[in-house]
Amino acid sequence: MSLDFTGVWKGFAAKTGPHYVLRDVNLSIEPGQFVSFIGHSGCGKSTLLNMAAGLLAPDAGTISLDGTPVTSPGPDRAVVFQNYSLLPRTDLLDNVRIAVRAVHPEWSKAHVDGGAERYLTAVGLWEHKHKKPHQVSGGMMQRCAVARAFAVEPRVLLLDEPFGALDALTRSKLQAQLIDLWKSESDTEIVVMVTHGIDEATFLSDRIVVMANPPSPSIIETIEVGVVRPRDLATFHDGERAHAVEEHLMNILRSHTVSEESAA
Amino acid sequence: MIGVAWAIAASRQPDLPTPAKTLHELTTLLSSPFHDSGPNDKGIGLQMLASLQRVGFGFGLAALLGVPLGLAMGASARVWKAANPIVNLLRPVSPLAWFPIWLVLLKDAPKAAIWVIFVTALWPIILNTAAGAASVPRDQRNVARVFKFSRRSYLRNVLLPHTLPSIVTGLRLSIGTAWMVIVAVEMLSGGSGIGFFVWDSYNASNLARVIAAIVLIGATGVVMDIGFLRLGRKVATPEVAG
Repeated sequence: MSLDFTGVWKGFAAKTGPHYVLRDVNLSIEPGQFVSFIGHSGCGKSTLLNMAAGLLAPDAGTISLDGTPVTSPGPDRAVVFQNYSLLPRTDLLDNVRIAVRAVHPEWSKAHVDGGAERYLTAVGLWEHKHKKPHQVSGGMMQRCAVARAFAVEPRVLLLDEPFGALDALTRSKLQAQLIDLWKSESDTEIVVMVTHGIDEATFLSDRIVVMANPPSPSIIETIEVGVVRPRDLATFHDGERAHAVEEHLMNILRSHTVSEESAA
Repeated sequence: MIGVAWAIAASRQPDLPTPAKTLHELTTLLSSPFHDSGPNDKGIGLQMLASLQRVGFGFGLAALLGVPLGLAMGASARVWKAANPIVNLLRPVSPLAWFPIWLVLLKDAPKAAIWVIFVTALWPIILNTAAGAASVPRDQRNVARVFKFSRRSYLRNVLLPHTLPSIVTGLRLSIGTAWMVIVAVEMLSGGSGIGFFVWDSYNASNLARVIAAIVLIGATGVVMDIGFLRLGRKVATPEVAG
């Protein structure tokens, strides 16, 4: 199975005619891979993720999972949004259970409850399960959103700047936790993340897709990180390979800001 | 200050009762609020209860229709387009204009009064509920879409919880207006109620009793408003940390 983007175009109406944020995107993501989309604001990375989620439809081209075109949200894909997006009046446990029941109405109560307990425990929230979102921190809310996504047992996990609103310490803890969950607690095959963070993308990903604004093509480069797992956050960024990847990423992103400014 | 101005005004205009006379009337009214000596001599408490009952029925009916209709208008652009012109056309009309229609249809003045209150309370409930329902944050709508919430689950877990504070605001506004309108309707419908009592006191040339009644109507309105204000605070959407 794989997640494939074939000839994907997506534009928005502007005064001067349609503005294409995604221009002929071709990408194939294999099972077992963690892939990050990185790029400056407006390069269409979130749009691409939302199309994979089935929240938006491409203007041209197809996105398919295992050869089946994606046309709407489905039980094979789950999303973690940037702003936690928990139901504000619902406690953490029910935030997970309501979503799981909605995605899988065919599951037994035991299956739903078991999954909720397993993933809330895995992210360290089981003892806080009866708290409402406004009674916990941002990091805890995002852990709950991660638990919710894993609890629906998706084949593809889509992360839209999941750690963007968190402080550095919370962020790095959650990153490590995410990989643990994915590798040892789930059957999820593919993870796709949208991010601004070079460190984050390098530490988490197998492959990094670098995206840019016009006049560049949408995807300007795909980088294989090539550092074996498990990776240790404490020493990861000192590694030679990781260091080279981060430097390279920094250079591409910097050069593309400059060229766009001079073009404009 | 108001008392002094009032006392001076009353000394120059003999038709206006003095503050002392009015206060005396007020204590008399409150001394036996629930006495019932026939249709033309009922205690102020009984009159007030008759009015409150009418407002309660009319308001309750308006909430039963207005909340679901408002939710549908806010959640669906199509329902909004269909219902909004009608709401906008009828909303500026004084609810009293409906009284003859209800009277002809129901052939019963007290029942017609209830339906006038229904019309009064309906618009603020519909409009506030619709505004609340139309403002569900994109985040929450996306969650409902990604996790494939059923219509029922969306209503129960997203739409209703989000709209609750707006519904209570609508209820609060509408009960305030309903309480104003009931006095006017009962002047028309007669028989019983606080509006009838005011008009009856005027006919008996007892202006002190009219003023005393105004004070009691105001106090009752304040109590209802505080009740809904408290309810509003209770159901306020919790602030989520950034």
